Amino acid sequence: MLRIRNGKVYDPAHNVNGEVRDVCIADGKIVADVDASARTIDATGMIVFPGGVDVHTHIGGAALNFARGLIPEQHRKATPIFHSPERRAGIIGTTPTTFATGYVYAGMGWTTANEAAVPVLSAKHTHEELHDTPIIDKTCCVLMANNELVLDLLENDEHERAKEVVAWYVWAAKAYGIKAVNPGGVAGWKWGKDCKGLSDVVPGYKKVTPSKIVAALAQIADDLKLPHPVHLHCNNLGAPGNASTTIETMKVLEGRRAHLAHLQYHAYGGDDWFTMRSAAVEIAEHFNANPNLTCDAGAVLFGNTVTVTADGPWQHLLYQLTGRKWGNLDVENETGCGVVPYVYKEKNVVNAVQWAVGLELLLLITDPWRICLTTDHPNGATFWRYPEIVQLLMSFEFRKEQLKQFPDSTLSRMVLPELTREYTLGEIATITSAGPARTLGLTQKGHLGVGADADIAIYNESTDVAKMFAHPRYVLKGGEVIVEEGELRKSGLGRQFAVKPQYDESIEDYLRPLFQQHYTMSFENYPVSCERVHGLEVQPCNYCGTPHR
Amino acid sequence: MLTLTLKELTTVPLEAEALCPDMLAGLSLEAIRALPVLLGKRSLRLDDFFSIEGEGGEDIEIRGDLVKVKWIGRGMTRGRIRVVGNAGMHLGAYMKGGSIEVTGNATDWVGGEMSGGSIHIAGNAGGQLGCAYRGSMSGMSGGTILVEGSAGIELGMRMKRGLIAVRGPVRDFAGLQMKGGTIVLMSGAELRTGAWMIRGTIISMKPLRLLPTFSHACDYNPMFLGVYSKHLAKLGFSIPHDVHDGTYRRYTGDAAVPGKGELLVWQPR
Repeated sequence: MLRIRNGKVYDPAHNVNGEVRDVCIADGKIVADVDASARTIDATGMIVFPGGVDVHTHIGGAALNFARGLIPEQHRKATPIFHSPERRAGIIGTTPTTFATGYVYAGMGWTTANEAAVPVLSAKHTHEELHDTPIIDKTCCVLMANNELVLDLLENDEHERAKEVVAWYVWAAKAYGIKAVNPGGVAGWKWGKDCKGLSDVVPGYKKVTPSKIVAALAQIADDLKLPHPVHLHCNNLGAPGNASTTIETMKVLEGRRAHLAHLQYHAYGGDDWFTMRSAAVEIAEHFNANPNLTCDAGAVLFGNTVTVTADGPWQHLLYQLTGRKWGNLDVENETGCGVVPYVYKEKNVVNAVQWAVGLELLLLITDPWRICLTTDHPNGATFWRYPEIVQLLMSFEFRKEQLKQFPDSTLSRMVLPELTREYTLGEIATITSAGPARTLGLTQKGHLGVGADADIAIYNESTDVAKMFAHPRYVLKGGEVIVEEGELRKSGLGRQFAVKPQYDESIEDYLRPLFQQHYTMSFENYPVSCERVHGLEVQPCNYCGTPHR
Repeated sequence: MLTLTLKELTTVPLEAEALCPDMLAGLSLEAIRALPVLLGKRSLRLDDFFSIEGEGGEDIEIRGDLVKVKWIGRGMTRGRIRVVGNAGMHLGAYMKGGSIEVTGNATDWVGGEMSGGSIHIAGNAGGQLGCAYRGSMSGMSGGTILVEGSAGIELGMRMKRGLIAVRGPVRDFAGLQMKGGTIVLMSGAELRTGAWMIRGTIISMKPLRLLPTFSHACDYNPMFLGVYSKHLAKLGFSIPHDVHDGTYRRYTGDAAVPGKGELLVWQPR
């Protein structure tokens, strides 16, 4: 039992905005009151946030591990974590090791993370890595938009069976949601092609188009009542002028739920790299008008990083632009994957525009509940740089200072200099915790109401927000004090959330012969068994047509 | 001046990052004696291995067969180290300034990723002189390494700037993946010189066995060598540049990358 006394509490889900009050905890949950014998943390002069929730990150699995292997030059300069009785050794850097990932997330007050892209074929590996990512709770999304068994069904308009197959895959991967990456484009990449437009026919098919896949998967997520909508990485990522594709995607969804991942990468205007500019205004306008949508920023910060995505064709293009290293993985008939180390430079006009677009979207999208703070870790920047973004969002003056480094020719491509909005602490709590938890449909996360998981971050209130949010004074995870006086004191295992959507068991009779024909793995060995997912908790599929408000 | 004399050759390598002017300057003799060194995984005192005399400062002389002593002058930014005898691996790694002089031989990884300062080796050096460490994108980015004897493989691998000059013969893969800087080979090199080089200059006084991916560009006497040879002459490496004595045959490559590096091979008249 524990009482956090006199903290300034920010709990946007209950419209609590900086009220000084007590938060009480018993048995890992938030309760109304505890008796006087409970331990007390005096939070006078401190602010109390629900623990951060990362809606889109890449922290485990085959692709990230491939990235880890590809960038020894970054690891050797990364900050080490030394072995101690509470901690395993590891390194931080751009792609932290599994244990370090858990320590660093928890160390800055983030307690839940959604691994955004998992092929079923490497789901076992991913779950092992997520097990070794301590403290934080995890969910993952399974890649479906380029799965050839699913595309074959959409080709023949067998929507009902496609729904059963997707449901089977989600449970086979012990996933929490459906991820769509460059729908059809990655399947096309296996023919050396891509699908840039929503009405392009997917190479190898006669009828299937990206728009058909997007609509089908969004519908399936709704029909299966998944708590998290289809997690959509739109077509034509990163390309100048791709805003039109993104807006078209919003139209194709026709009011169905969807989460648009790393929207920053999909909000560019112009015709080529020389005329590329921000299209954040158009994107935000359409987004604001579509209450069925949520998104995450996918903001970019300048510096060294590595890009990891299932979007194989884009990564090949990026490799051609950088001329450095390139990793390409083929995941049989499920998806592809590309890895390219990258440096975002202030002096590069394209990078400067990307940096601005991420912030512009965060400032132009009016409802903070519908945009989450992410950097698409490690693509835009590493997750431990989130406090830097918070600082940019909270201070117009600081942004003005940063904008001074760019010449007029660069500034004319962005709208950021005109945006005077400044985030309040309540809004920061929304985009870092309450909003993403609601987007994920995790009702026990992201708020401090009675019955919620006691995941809490307590910061020493300070005007230096970047420093404040990077170093919480206390962090509680499931009621346990993990960080005390700014130091990581404990490290327990986190849980993994999955869903079991309803499907007819007889779908296995349909899938079994296809597996023998197309997969290198036998059908029986393919699904991830429950015993392999450490700390598995199955969440209900009870989405009922209204947002969880 | 501070004088350290090795008491006896250890069987296990001794990691002595303490042997660096930046670490020793301003310390009392007592404090210097107590500095930690690693023998295998055991942390011991510097005076367990060295007898130490004189006074702490930026001028250090180390005597004895230091072939097992690693990381001498690691990351130094100033001062002078004189090794009377042989030096062990990673001599002057990451150094930024100051000078190191070795009267005997040095082994592998001399001046790894150094960015400034100078290293002079009177005897032979090992492999990976001025190299990038494994997994790193670039090696030496400034400074000078001069070797009077021979040198081993992968000389100047991924070097970006700076000068390496070797009087004796050099083994395979000199200038591997070189990105810039200058290598002077007074007695030539063995196989695959300049493999994967992107930019930079390798000057050889002896004919080289070239990779097929280097193409002959021209025979000429580069203007810059007139100036550069004066600089090299001050360092004790005289190279000919007068048109009456001969010409340099210029090869460009490595076309396998493709790169724009240059190999200049002296052709006496």
